[in-house]
Amino acid sequence: MGEVEETLQRIEAQGSVLGTIVVNADGIPIRSTFDISKAGKYVELLRHLTALAKGTVRDIDPENELVVLRISTKNQEIMVGPENGYLLILIQRYERYSRA
Amino acid sequence: MAVHFVLEGCLEHDDDASSVASEDILEDVEPAAELDEDTSGEEDAGEDDRADSVASKADTQEPKSTNQFNFIERASQSLNNALQGRSCQTIPPPRCNYFATATQWAIYDAYMDELQQQEMKKEKQKSNKDDDKTKKKILLIETPRDDITQVAKAAKLFERMVNQNTFNEIAQDFRYFEDAADEFREQEGTLLPLWKFQYDKARIMSVTSLCWNHIYPDFFGVGLGSYDFSKQGRGMLLFYTLKNSTFPEYIFPTSSGVLCLDIHKQHSYLVAVGFYDGCVCVYNLKKNGLDPEYKSTVNSGKHSDPVWQVRWQNDNSLNFYSVSCDGRVVSWTIMKNELVFTDALRLILTDRVSDGLDGIEELITASGTSCDFHRQIDTLFLVGTEEGKIHKCSKNYSSQYLETYDAHNMAVDTVKWNPYHSKVFISCSSDWTVKIWDHDYKAPMFTFELNASVGDVAWAPYSSTVFAAVTTDGLVHVFDLAINKYQAICQQPVVSKKKTKLTHIEFNPIHPVVIVGDDRGSVISLKLSPNLRKKPKGKKGRDLVEGPEAEVAKMEKLLSLLRDLGESKV
Repeated sequence: MGEVEETLQRIEAQGSVLGTIVVNADGIPIRSTFDISKAGKYVELLRHLTALAKGTVRDIDPENELVVLRISTKNQEIMVGPENGYLLILIQRYERYSRA
Repeated sequence: MAVHFVLEGCLEHDDDASSVASEDILEDVEPAAELDEDTSGEEDAGEDDRADSVASKADTQEPKSTNQFNFIERASQSLNNALQGRSCQTIPPPRCNYFATATQWAIYDAYMDELQQQEMKKEKQKSNKDDDKTKKKILLIETPRDDITQVAKAAKLFERMVNQNTFNEIAQDFRYFEDAADEFREQEGTLLPLWKFQYDKARIMSVTSLCWNHIYPDFFGVGLGSYDFSKQGRGMLLFYTLKNSTFPEYIFPTSSGVLCLDIHKQHSYLVAVGFYDGCVCVYNLKKNGLDPEYKSTVNSGKHSDPVWQVRWQNDNSLNFYSVSCDGRVVSWTIMKNELVFTDALRLILTDRVSDGLDGIEELITASGTSCDFHRQIDTLFLVGTEEGKIHKCSKNYSSQYLETYDAHNMAVDTVKWNPYHSKVFISCSSDWTVKIWDHDYKAPMFTFELNASVGDVAWAPYSSTVFAAVTTDGLVHVFDLAINKYQAICQQPVVSKKKTKLTHIEFNPIHPVVIVGDDRGSVISLKLSPNLRKKPKGKKGRDLVEGPEAEVAKMEKLLSLLRDLGESKV
């Protein structure tokens, strides 16, 4: 439990990450760095999309599985990873990283 | 019984026999009535008939015939019970709405689940037969519903993705950047800095060893400890992957400084580690937990001095060698879950012999500081000592050396066989020199002065003539003997001179990347520019061997010169 928490904290500590949401099997966000309304919005929309993506991948090849869904938009990158019925959502802003 | 209506017929046919008889009826009514007083009204008709018959019997004995008129229908209607409707209503069964889409994968999943259940049943049956004695009740621990550990794998993956995005430019460089300016640079090449791997708790320690994993070429291990003999504290073992530069994959804190490590070439989850306190351990990365799987103790042959080098053997048996300052070269084997040791060799100073009591010659043990095993010939190996000598030894002869080379003025830090040429090896020392040897000759083939204490030297896996060395003044030197025999083709400062010293260097087996460790606990990865990776033209396998062989011929010519130089030095 601690390790996952640590990992998420490390990810969030990076400046370009806007936030993470962990969603349980019922669709309720159990850990979120966004406020509830925003988190709810993301969850609602991304759940359907992930289910659709999952179905697509498996229809093409039933032995295959969806690992991660990455949506690159103009401002950000949204990553959704389904696992064990749960969902992990992460939103990262594009940053021009200059090698220090 | 209630009679509702009776009607006697009065019309009779003339020819009818009964009409004859009926004439007599009126006369015989009275006696008939006397006969049947008790009869009910319904039987009047029957009575009459009987009367007829009696009369007829009495009088004429005519046969009785049916009366087609005097036909009376007898019917009765029973009581109809009143109709009663009875019904029963039960509580309706619970209902729920179910809908699903039959997709191909849903069907596939159902079949797979069925298969699994069948297999589990078979296993249960088998195990029931086997252990009836040890029936343990396995409590089904109900995982709390809202548990974020369910997404552990996804979290790890995401960390790598986030890092990839953050360090996107570095990742692209690692893959695709080839310095175009190398075309104009003649012989020189450059090193492009890529990721820097740092860990907070390791900042006080220096990197004492590096090792790439051969099966997963993006994975490497870092041993941390201290070279400062007065300040010996704790150590650490870290494993990084190039995919995640911000945090190590595995962290093992140790009680004593780590001095060397080696990752097994085939079973890359086994890591042999040598410590400053003389212990030798084997870690198993597959297991959870911070402790090593096997550890040597005082009873089981641990060294009495720091262990400077461990090397796994290439055969399938889990066997590795360790070299230490106490003069022992020990072979360790993992047998039956235990670490078993055998002293392979005792390093003895051959030229210095002290006179002990009673004039008995005592043999002083030398201290080994590095070792390397030959790639093709399993039994042949080299040991570098603190006295500056290199001994060529064989596993079969434990008391004698095959050959001794007077290598350096100070301790030999590293010896390494050439990955292609079977006769050439390289050595480096804190006496500022790097020397290349042919093991048939006692004098070095090449000597390079690097103006600072050389920490480590490594051959490139892609060429027999390329090697790299790191010095304590923060420079990385890359040499290619096929291009320039006297000078480095790349001398680049990688860290700031005054603050940090470079301690170790290793080439990645597949990618054109080197990792360099410094004394601040951080590891820097660098990409080699194309000039540093030049391969001789023509077929690969053949020409690579030809390269150094041609050099050996050249070296023969230079040999006499070098010998003169060597003598004048000494």
